[in-house]
Amino acid sequence: MATAAAPIRSLRGRAGVMALGRAVKPIREARGIARWMLWSGAAITVFFIVLALFASVISPYNFNQYRSGGVRFAQLAHPSSKHWMGTTVQSTDVMARVIWGAQTELKVVVIALAMALTVGVPLGLISGYFGGVLDRGLVLIMDALFAFPYLLIAIVIAFLLGNFQGVLTAAIAITVAYVPLYFRVVRNHVISVREEPYVDAARALGARPRTVIRKYVFFNVVQNVPPIATLNAADAILLLAALGFLGYGIQPTQGAEWGYDINRAVSDASSGIWWTGLFPGLAIVLLVTGLTLLGEGLNETINPVLRRRRFGRIEFEAQTPGAITIEPLVEEDEQ
Amino acid sequence: MSSPPPLLSVRNLRVYYGTPGHPVRAVDGVSLDIGESEVLGLVGESGCGKSTLGRGILGLLPEGARANGEVLYGGRNLIDLPPKTLRRMRGPELGLIFQEPMTRLNPLMRISDQFRETLEQHERKLTSREIRRRSLDTLGRMGIPPTRFNQYPHEFSGGMRQRIMIALALVLRPKLLVADEPTTSLDVIVEGQILALLSDLKRNFGTALMLVTHNLGIVAESCDRVAVMYAGQIVEEGPARDVFAEPSHPYTRELLRSTISLDTTELHSIPGAPPNLIDPPSGCRFHPRCPDVMAVCPAKVPIETRPEPGRRVLCWLHGPESAIPPGGTQPLEREAIAVAEEA
Amino acid sequence: MAGTSLRTYLLTRLALVVPMVLILLTMVFLLLRVAPGNPIQAALGGHVPAAYVQQITHRLGFDKPLYQQYGDYLWDILRGNFGTTITDNRKLSQIITQNGAATLELTFFAMLVAIVVGVLVGLVAGRYRDTPLDVFGRLFGIVVYATPVFFLGLMAQLVFGVWLNWLPTSDQASPLTQALLKTHTNIFVVDALIDGNWSALKDVFEHLALPAATLGLTTAGIFIRLIRVNVIRTLRDDYIEAARARGIPEHRVVFHHAFKNALVPVITVVGLNMALLLGGAVLTETTFNWPGIGHALVTYLENRDYTAVQGIIVVFALVVVAVSVLVDFINAYVDPRIRY
Repeated sequence: MATAAAPIRSLRGRAGVMALGRAVKPIREARGIARWMLWSGAAITVFFIVLALFASVISPYNFNQYRSGGVRFAQLAHPSSKHWMGTTVQSTDVMARVIWGAQTELKVVVIALAMALTVGVPLGLISGYFGGVLDRGLVLIMDALFAFPYLLIAIVIAFLLGNFQGVLTAAIAITVAYVPLYFRVVRNHVISVREEPYVDAARALGARPRTVIRKYVFFNVVQNVPPIATLNAADAILLLAALGFLGYGIQPTQGAEWGYDINRAVSDASSGIWWTGLFPGLAIVLLVTGLTLLGEGLNETINPVLRRRRFGRIEFEAQTPGAITIEPLVEEDEQ
Repeated sequence: MSSPPPLLSVRNLRVYYGTPGHPVRAVDGVSLDIGESEVLGLVGESGCGKSTLGRGILGLLPEGARANGEVLYGGRNLIDLPPKTLRRMRGPELGLIFQEPMTRLNPLMRISDQFRETLEQHERKLTSREIRRRSLDTLGRMGIPPTRFNQYPHEFSGGMRQRIMIALALVLRPKLLVADEPTTSLDVIVEGQILALLSDLKRNFGTALMLVTHNLGIVAESCDRVAVMYAGQIVEEGPARDVFAEPSHPYTRELLRSTISLDTTELHSIPGAPPNLIDPPSGCRFHPRCPDVMAVCPAKVPIETRPEPGRRVLCWLHGPESAIPPGGTQPLEREAIAVAEEA
Repeated sequence: MAGTSLRTYLLTRLALVVPMVLILLTMVFLLLRVAPGNPIQAALGGHVPAAYVQQITHRLGFDKPLYQQYGDYLWDILRGNFGTTITDNRKLSQIITQNGAATLELTFFAMLVAIVVGVLVGLVAGRYRDTPLDVFGRLFGIVVYATPVFFLGLMAQLVFGVWLNWLPTSDQASPLTQALLKTHTNIFVVDALIDGNWSALKDVFEHLALPAATLGLTTAGIFIRLIRVNVIRTLRDDYIEAARARGIPEHRVVFHHAFKNALVPVITVVGLNMALLLGGAVLTETTFNWPGIGHALVTYLENRDYTAVQGIIVVFALVVVAVSVLVDFINAYVDPRIRY
C-alpha cells in the first residue's frame, strides 16, 4: 500500500514543480514595462503586507491610543516630530491608524477573497462542466447579481447583518459581491476548455468527470486566477473602504479602517485640516495602485496576446563573393 | 536578342527577422526578374521564405524584420526609398493580395466605402461618379454584381471576399500584383475560379503577377515561369512547363513526385524536416534531404548555373565542374535522420 | 431591411430581460424579509407604542402571509407603486422622481467626463504603445482608479472649496437658485435651460463641477484601460495590414480604421460601467451632500427604513437592467454583425 502511494505522490509533486516552472517562465522573460509593473507592484504590495503583519512592532502607538504615559495627545495637531502625520479630533495618532489600518484592510480582503474563491470556483467548475438545469439556473442568478453595483450588494448585506458588524460582516459583504465574478470567469473558461479536443479524448478514454475536471480543466482554469484575484483584491480594498466610509463593516473599537477615517475627516475639512484625511487616502491609493500594477503585470506576462516579443539587432554581413551573378539573369527565348 | 527590361528586378535580397538570439534568415540572397504582364509562380514548402519574399518586395514586413539588397522598380531601389514614397506606390504600382479573405476587410465599412477610400487616396481628381463607375466595373469583372455594392463584408462568402480583395487591388491598375497564397483557405471549386481570374490579369489589365503558393498544380496551370524556393534561396527557376517536365534540381523533382494526382499509386514524401532558418545547413542547404547528395554538397555553397537558356539552377549536379574539388562528385550516404526530427 | 432585423433583435432582447428582472425583484423581496428582527419596530425605534407599530404593520401589509405580500409587491411594481417609507411616510415614487433626477444629472455629467478623459488618454496610450506617453497614460489610469471617489472628493473640497474658494462643495444649487428655479423636470440643468435662466444655469454648473469631475475622473480609469487594449488589438488586425498594402496613409489607418473599430466596445463599457457609476454616485452624493437617490438610500439605511430601502433597490435593479438592454440595442445598431 505505502509503496503504491509513494511514487504517485512524487509524480504529482514533480508535475506540480514543472507546472510552477512553466508558469514562472514568462515572468522571468518579462520585458520592459510589464516587468517594471510586476516588480514595482510586488514591492508596494509587500511593503503593505509587512506593515500589516508587523503593525504592533512598527507603529509607534496603538490605533485607538489617545494618550501616552498618562498625558493625552494633542487634538488635531499638525504633523510634527512627535506625530509624523498629526492627530485626529479624538487625539489618536494618524500614522498609527494608517499602519494598523493596513492590517485591517488586508485581513478582511484576504478572508473575503478566500471565501469568494471557495464558493465561486467550485460552483463555476461544476456548473460549467455539467451544464443542464443547474447551470442555467445558477447563471440566471449570478448574471442578475453581476450586473448590480458591488457597493450596493455589499451595503445591503452589511445592512442585513444588522448589529453584527465587524471583520466577518465586512468580509461576507464583499464575498457576496464577488462570488458572481469568479463563478462567471471560471464557468466561461471551463466551457471553452471542455470543448477542447484533449478533454474530449480523455472522456473517450473513459475518464470520470471528477478526474477530467481535476486533471485537465482545473489547472487550465486556475492559471487564470492569480491576475484576476490580484486585481480583485485591489477592487475589494476600495469596496471595504467605501463600506467603512459609509459606516458599515469594521467598528472603531475593532480596528482602524482607512475609509472610516476619511469619513471622520470630512468635518475637519471645513476648518482646513487636511492631514486627517490625506494620509489614510494616500494609503488607499498606494496600496490599490500596487495591487493593480502587480495584477496587470501578471496579466501582461501570462497573457500571450498582449505580450510583446523582443527583437534582436540584425546585422547583414557582407555577401560572400561569387555566390550570385550580377548581370541580367536570363535570356528570354520565348515570348 | 535583347528582351525588354524586366518590370521588377530583385538582386541579392536578404530579409532577416529579429529574435532574442540570432536572426531568422527567411530570405537569404534571392535574385529574380519579373517581366511586364508576366505570371511568375513562387513555390516551396511552408516556412521556406516565399511569403516573406513577396511581402519584402512591397516593403510590408512585420516589426523586427530588416531587408537588405536591391529591389529595382522603375529605376529605383525600393529598399532605400523613404516610407512615404513607397507607400504612395502601393496601390497604383504595386499590389498585394493576402491569404485570409475573411479578416482582410474592415467589418464596419461597406464595400462601396472601401473602394471610395482607396480611389480617393490615390487618384484625387476623380469625381464620385467616376469612382463608382470604376469600382463597379472592376467588381463586375470579378463577378460581383452591382446590387451588392453597398453591402458589408460579412454578407459575402470567403470566395467572394477574395474577389473583392482582388478587385480592390486591381481598381488602381497596378503594374505588379503579388498574390500571397490567395486560394489556400478556399475550397477547390472557388480556388479554380479565383485562379482563372488571376491568370486573366494579363489579358484584362496587363498586370504582372507573382503567385506565391505551395500548390504546384496551380502553378503548372497558370504561370509562365516558376521559381522554386528552399531555405530562403531560389534553387531553380525557368519556364513553368519546362521546369515541371524536366526538373533540374533534386528538390523540384522530389516536390513533383510528392504531389498527389489520380496517377498516384503510392505516397512519396521528402524525408526530414524543413531546415532551421536561423542556422541553415552548411554548403547546399538541401543536402541533408537530397537523394543525390555528393561529397562536395555539404562542403561548398553551390554556384548558380544555366543548364539551358532561360533556366537557372543552384545545384552541384549541374556544375560548374571546375569548382568541384577532386572526389567531390562521390555520392554521399544521406545523413541518418533521427526519428525525432521527422515532423 | 436592416430595420426589421433590428426590431426583432430588440424584441428578443426584451423578452430575455423578463426572467432576469423577476429574479432580481424576488431576491430583493426575500432578502429584506429574511433580516432578523421586526422591520417596523427597527425603523420606528424602540419607544413607539405597540399599537402604533401594529397600525403601521397593517397599513404596509406586513401582517399578510408571505406569498400574498409577494403578489402585492409585484403587482404594485407593475403599476409603478414602489411603496411608502416607514419613517417619514413619503411615497417612494415621489422620492424617486425628485432624487432620481438629481442623480441622473450627476451621473450624466460624470459619465461625460469619464468618457472624454478615458477615450482621449486611452487612444493616445494605445497608439503610442510603450512610449513614455503610454506609460504615463496607463499609470494615470491606474492611479485614478485607485483613488476612492470620496477621498478625491474630500481633497477637491479642501483645495477648491476651502483654500481657493473657487467652487461650492455641497448641494445641487444654492438656496436662492433653488427657490427661484421653476421645476419642470427636476433636473436643474434642463430646467434652467428651459427657462433661459442663465444665472441659475451658472450656479448649477458650479455646483456640478466638483462632484461630476470627481466621479467622472475615478471612473475614467476603466475606459483608459479598455480603449488602450482595443487600440492595440485593432492595430494588429488583418484589415489594417491590408489597408496599408493599398497605400492608405498611416494617419487614416489609425484614425479612421483602428480608432473607430476600437471604440465600438465603448458603448458596452458605458453600460457595464453604469453599475460602477451608480455605486460611485452613492459615495459622491454622500461626500458632497448631493440630494440624489444614493444619498437617500444611505439615509434610509441609517434609519433602518426597510420599505424605503426596498423601493430604492428595486429602482436600481430596474435601471441596471434597462441600461443593459439599451446598450445591447445600441451595439446592434452600430455593429451590423451582432443582430441575430
